[in-house]
Amino acid sequence: MNRPFAAAIAIAIGLIVLLGYFLPIPVLSVLRLELVQWAILLAGIAALVGVFNLISVHWQKIRRRERGNFYSAVLLLTMFVTLAMGLLLGPTHSLMQSLVEAVIIPVEASLMALLAVTLVYASIRLFRRRVDLMTVVFLLTLLLVLFLLTPIPSGGLSGLADLARSIINVPASGGARGILLGVALGALVTGLRVLLGMDRPYGGK
Amino acid sequence: MSALTGFGVVLLAVFLLLAMTFIRRKSPPVFREIAAFTRLRRAAGLAVEDGTRLHVSLGRGGLQSARGASALAGLALLRRLAEQASGSDRPPVVTSGDAVLAYLSQDTLESAYKAAGAVELFRAETGRLSGLTAFSYAAGAIPVVRDENVSASVLIGHFGPEAALLTESAERENAFILAAADEPATQSILFASVQDPLIGEELYAAAAYAGAETSHAASLQVQDILRWLVVLALLAGAAMKLAGLL
Repeated sequence: MNRPFAAAIAIAIGLIVLLGYFLPIPVLSVLRLELVQWAILLAGIAALVGVFNLISVHWQKIRRRERGNFYSAVLLLTMFVTLAMGLLLGPTHSLMQSLVEAVIIPVEASLMALLAVTLVYASIRLFRRRVDLMTVVFLLTLLLVLFLLTPIPSGGLSGLADLARSIINVPASGGARGILLGVALGALVTGLRVLLGMDRPYGGK
Repeated sequence: MSALTGFGVVLLAVFLLLAMTFIRRKSPPVFREIAAFTRLRRAAGLAVEDGTRLHVSLGRGGLQSARGASALAGLALLRRLAEQASGSDRPPVVTSGDAVLAYLSQDTLESAYKAAGAVELFRAETGRLSGLTAFSYAAGAIPVVRDENVSASVLIGHFGPEAALLTESAERENAFILAAADEPATQSILFASVQDPLIGEELYAAAAYAGAETSHAASLQVQDILRWLVVLALLAGAAMKLAGLL
């Protein structure tokens, strides 16, 4: 599509959706809902295109015998087997359900477990990477909160849990809200840049 | 009332953005030093010189959600980096955890190559969807860092804790890492796992620091003005509460 024409359509639709959120005009609200539904539909089609992209990338890896091509072959094989089973049996079939429960969920859970080890290792290396006041405060707070929240069988130190909660609720939440305000303003301005056509990720300029 | 206030803030931001872009045209932008961006410029230059690859990971913030803005900031940075690296033997590779984002990354790469006059070097496979869930996305992006001769890895967008797996894999390959996420919890993870993490709204300054147009610098100034207005509103609210007016 002609790029200025694409930009004009994108800006017009963006403005309609934005105004539909803020202004109580029935026509704009109806248009906004309709356009958002189109966007969801297009995102679904994009997911399908994305899967073809994934197949293409891994097929090229196998064809060129690149490093790790065995894993690409496993990925493509399991993808096609799962797709075929899903089409033949339907997504609610017990075999499909057990595939999800026996393969996907345990694999993701094991990655989560790996993440715990990775984060402990990263925290240990933090002092080697960067020694400053913020690093000391970060690690001391982390250790203090972990220590205070650790369950003690006797239950005699319940006041410590309150101290941990107050650290989380007051300074940590306050800091996080400050960061979120900055992020929200950044998001607002970035969105407006796209809306005004200053940035065009849908065709560039 | 709240919808109208929101609309007022948006209108004010639009006005400021247009005004600052106009004013900024007359003077070159001056930024405070952020070590991560200085290192990124150096790493991008080195990648072109020594024939290694840049890896840009845009996270899994779909444009249909509120997380889309961080992805748009990532795309703006990608555009600059791709233009810089368009002369390289090994083009930058982009991974995303959202299909729309993957498609936009391909479009952005193509635009950058066109702008650099090297559109024949563009390959659609360099903008990839690596997975549709948090950990499948990370699992799909890790082999890219490991197997494709990556010397600099840029993580910018919406990430969860899986970002630690990506930074860990890049560190194992001795690659430079620039990491910026929109989630405060992820930022704390990146603080522990990256040399110079970007905190808060620094994510949205990435394109301006990568040498973008005056409008990018103007948008940073608009953010500063709006931040001061928020600070004043918070202080005024606190004072009115103390005085019993609220």
